[in-house]
Amino acid sequence: MPCDIVVCVKQVPHPDYLNKISIDPTGGTIEREGVPALINPGDRNALEEALGIRDRFSGRVIVLTMGPPQARKALEEALAMDADDAIHLCDRAFAGADTLATAQALAYGIRKLEHFDLILCGNTTIDSGTGQVAVQLAELLDLPSIIDAEELTFEDERSLLVKRIWERGYIKVRIKLPAVIAVTAKINQPRLPTVLGIMAATQKEIKNWTAADTGADTGRVGLDGSPTQFFEMSEFHAKRQGEILQGSPEEAVTLAIDKLVEREIL
Amino acid sequence: MNPKVNGESQVWVWVEHHQQELAKVSLGLLGKARELCQQLGGGEVASVLVGAEELAAELIDHGSDKVYLANNPPFPLFETELCTHLMTGLIQSHQPEIILWGATSLGRETASRVAAKLGTGLTAHCIDLCIEEINGKHQLVATVAGWGGNLTLKIICPQRRPQMATVKPGILSPSPREKRNGEVIPVKVEDKTPRTDIVEVVEEQKKAKSLEEAEVVVVGGWGLNSVGGFQAVGELAQILKGSVAGTRPAVDAGWIPAERMVGQSGKTVAPQLLVTLGVSGAAQFATGVLNSKLILAVDKDPHAPIFEMADVGIVGDLQEVLPLLIDKLRAIKGNT
Repeated sequence: MPCDIVVCVKQVPHPDYLNKISIDPTGGTIEREGVPALINPGDRNALEEALGIRDRFSGRVIVLTMGPPQARKALEEALAMDADDAIHLCDRAFAGADTLATAQALAYGIRKLEHFDLILCGNTTIDSGTGQVAVQLAELLDLPSIIDAEELTFEDERSLLVKRIWERGYIKVRIKLPAVIAVTAKINQPRLPTVLGIMAATQKEIKNWTAADTGADTGRVGLDGSPTQFFEMSEFHAKRQGEILQGSPEEAVTLAIDKLVEREIL
Repeated sequence: MNPKVNGESQVWVWVEHHQQELAKVSLGLLGKARELCQQLGGGEVASVLVGAEELAAELIDHGSDKVYLANNPPFPLFETELCTHLMTGLIQSHQPEIILWGATSLGRETASRVAAKLGTGLTAHCIDLCIEEINGKHQLVATVAGWGGNLTLKIICPQRRPQMATVKPGILSPSPREKRNGEVIPVKVEDKTPRTDIVEVVEEQKKAKSLEEAEVVVVGGWGLNSVGGFQAVGELAQILKGSVAGTRPAVDAGWIPAERMVGQSGKTVAPQLLVTLGVSGAAQFATGVLNSKLILAVDKDPHAPIFEMADVGIVGDLQEVLPLLIDKLRAIKGNT
């Protein structure tokens, strides 16, 4: 039986450039100008897992993102990695969303699909990193979910045994499809797009859906649908009354140890 | 104007425990809950405890006025759907103002579900929480590190209630236990069959103490490539009876497993002594060590941001400084 899988992806700033992000002092908005973007690394693991399952059972891999027009690039990359379909939820009405409003938008998009068996997400993003969206999406779609998933094993076509990591070890959980699963980076090694894949991707269509296309209640998505709000932003500085010890290495080390003794740390 | 429900503003803590022991993160949250109540101008702190009746007294001693005890019938915390069901029911009947959750694997899952079910806000991985008066209303202000830790954002939840936040283990330290009086309120759990089926729970024996609980942490960064890797970190940690950790570049270099990564995308530590070796101190790292009591930093670059966040800094070539540090510390620790 084919298995149709939705993979939710997010375009994030490149991690090497995170320190280039700053605050526009006049507007209080976040400056991301010139910061290259990529598919959130954890979402690539979700996509790789989906592609493997599709290749085994047949079916389609549908990548879904919510984001500004430039997020289309993330979908192009996913198609080049061999995803079948791509949907871009792109509308001013979706902008400014917190985790719940993001999950709402994704849920509206997914409800519009004719059919799906499984929704896969990355466990956490490298930018905001809340890890909340997958679970909230599951709740909104009234589906069971598992996060921190490190291994998926199909027991039969409708039932998965999932190795879910927690602080003290792991838990094996059985879950019936349809379900939402968020996977960790350990689950697989995502493929890189091949030249053939990139060429094939240009033949694939990326669907653009506005809020109206999905039938979204605009009071539930974007800034208006977000229970939480930014109240204040500031650049982060972890300053202490630190002291750099002078002298030769020998002197500096001796002085440092004296200070630790003095502060009763040693 | 104070937000009051039934005459009392209420701050709740979702309690996690394991093998008759309360999680440190929950105890730390109780201390924070008391602080928030004070800032609200009074009110009650309540804990929600699943099973483990014997732990209720300890929760009271750590600051709970009330303990909602759900052990009829008992179920494990792994059943996050049942936890969600319990919490949404309790919240709807008692309408607390604020709920604090540990950002553990299970806590995060339950909190996210509850937030979505109730349509309220949940702010993840807060590094600070306080009450401020905004638009004439006392509101929970949650500070988080965003975008790799280069920005701090203050987040509020102006309309929806309860206001909810998660805090990672290691951020808040529990205050000492003190005998207090409180009330234990048994809660009946409605029958519900979870849609997931727990097949097996496996605990892996950890040889080393968990990073979050370590009193001394020695963390190595990319700068250690000049001395060929991580050996000195292990040696120093052994002398100081501490734990070993690494920055993201050290993890990427394969010097240390990802479980030992400290920083925004890794663990948060709050040891008495943090020693950094060859760590430049990027913001993504800084947010993971903010609450360290004393930071001793060794790096060759005098302009590295690590020296702004350290208490004691040594600028120097690691090849020279590390052997000296190891010898001298060994001499001292050997004598005590």
